[in-house]
Amino acid sequence: MGRVVVEVMPKPEILDPQGKAVVGALPRLGFTQFSGVRQGKRFELEVDGEVTPEILAAAREAAATLLSNPVIEDVVSVADAAEVSGEASGAPVSA
Amino acid sequence: MSAIEPTSGTTTAPGIGGARIGVITFPGTLDDRDAARAVRLAGGEAVSLWHADASLHDVDAVVLPGGFSYGDYLRAGAISRFAPAMAAVVDAAKGGMPVLGICNGFQVLTEAHLLPGSMVKNDHLHFVCREQSLIVENARTAWTNEFRRGQQITIPLKNQDGQFVADERTLDELEGEGRVVFRYDGWNPNGSRRDIAGISNDRGNVVGLMPHPEHAVEAGFGPASAEGPRSGVDGLTFFTSVLSSLVHA
Repeated sequence: MGRVVVEVMPKPEILDPQGKAVVGALPRLGFTQFSGVRQGKRFELEVDGEVTPEILAAAREAAATLLSNPVIEDVVSVADAAEVSGEASGAPVSA
Repeated sequence: MSAIEPTSGTTTAPGIGGARIGVITFPGTLDDRDAARAVRLAGGEAVSLWHADASLHDVDAVVLPGGFSYGDYLRAGAISRFAPAMAAVVDAAKGGMPVLGICNGFQVLTEAHLLPGSMVKNDHLHFVCREQSLIVENARTAWTNEFRRGQQITIPLKNQDGQFVADERTLDELEGEGRVVFRYDGWNPNGSRRDIAGISNDRGNVVGLMPHPEHAVEAGFGPASAEGPRSGVDGLTFFTSVLSSLVHA
């Protein structure tokens, strides 16, 4: 079974109220290193077979039409999960 | 869907050219009954439409009511935009049919590209519910022709994702072409660019706004006004405006 990962972020010129709330909360927990936070979305699209170039093309089209709104968001990546580092097993990426 | 129940004490006026105003219900729509009631109080016939039905059943105008269609899970209005009824609305709107999007309905209209810009979370991150003062900036649209330009009106506002955003070029275009229809008065409740509360397409038949005219249509159930508590009926003028624009069309 294959998986395509689509990542969507608010456009740089759009104020991101959610990110602003998070950056406000970090110093209260002692995380004073971070001066900005932007919050985006990650979609995982599952397919029954392999992730083929056709599947990736369809995922790109879905990302542009439904998963993002180009007025306020950018699609920053559409990728085969197996090719994203540390993702093949679905395990969290460790440092 | 069951038929819309008649509102007690009011009946559908048969006049006004027998205008039929459709109100579309999506999964998660909240204010369809209120919108239909507003249509009837204004003297029109309210026709209940279902999102999965590709036919608009020969209505003369359409209201996309407020709510949280599909839970707003992806983006407000993003999934509703692809409903079969919306393909018909887009076609009809391009042909000049009056379309009003209220709150979530406004978000659906921007996702469907019938209106420019988009709505993001309120700048202060809180849900806001209040009686909102607005200034009517354009009294020539299908839904505002019975207002006066510069008129102050008060109708309820209730939203979480109500911050209107668009790039500077689009905002300048909207201003230059007189397509800013309503502006927030006194306080901008969500951080909307240039205090914009509602806009129209270039033809003026499609209007979208975040506040809710359908909740200010009957004395005793509206916002406060000079006449006393809950007496405000400024929202009714949206619906009488469209009926008169249909008569004169």
